Amino acid sequence: MKADYPVILNIVSSPKSLPIVRGAVDQMAIQEGLSKKDAHGLVLSIDEALANVIKHGYEGRQDQPVTITLAPVSAPDGRKGISVVVRDQGKQVDPESICGRDLDDVRPGGLGVHIIRAMMDDAEYSCPPEGGMMLRMVKYASSDSAGE
Amino acid sequence: MAEGTNNIVKEVRRSAGGTVVALSGDVDLHHAPDLHAMLVQVAGERPSRFILDLNDVPYIDSSGVGTLVEVFRRVSAYKGKMVLFGLNDRVRSVFEITKLDRFFNICATEDEASAF
Repeated sequence: MKADYPVILNIVSSPKSLPIVRGAVDQMAIQEGLSKKDAHGLVLSIDEALANVIKHGYEGRQDQPVTITLAPVSAPDGRKGISVVVRDQGKQVDPESICGRDLDDVRPGGLGVHIIRAMMDDAEYSCPPEGGMMLRMVKYASSDSAGE
Repeated sequence: MAEGTNNIVKEVRRSAGGTVVALSGDVDLHHAPDLHAMLVQVAGERPSRFILDLNDVPYIDSSGVGTLVEVFRRVSAYKGKMVLFGLNDRVRSVFEITKLDRFFNICATEDEASAF
């Protein structure tokens, strides 16, 4: 039996933090038995969420706090997964206004939210009363995944 | 030497058929500004084929993809061709999720890219 354990990563809002977070998330995904494909989806989604915090929430400031909390979870049908909470103290925006853009409009930028919604089973932004933004996400093992 | 500067570009090879830029490492938010500067510099030479070798790129995010879109626009503006090759499954999947695989010219090998 596997004990439930949270992993809490406290970083500053520097792009240099991102490869370190990616490595930790990938390792946890492997440890929890996600396929390489699902692990990549999880890693990429957290990376995109953090990039948005740095670029938009903190408007490029690289010394601000961000906390990422990861925990193993199970889907109602028993599939393994990992829940993620990304918490910052940056600028608050209306969660309803956070949506992916039209992909037929080919231009740089605005792809991160689309990637998160495509890769994760659930993703929900909120504005905690204490300030900043919170993003809760969950990724379950794909039912068709078989190692790759 | 400034930390990380230009390390993302491993090699630039120029020939009559075009210019091949080989990248190395994760193409992410950290490296995107350096990469953009380097690729814009190469695009300024207006190669007929602007070929990107991604064989040594294990990971790309939307910042990296966005950088390539911006450079693609510059190359297209002078009627050049931009071609990518050597994408691993993870890198290719990012292009597919963002539907940019239908926008970029993506080949399997350098030979194919050179003949595109």
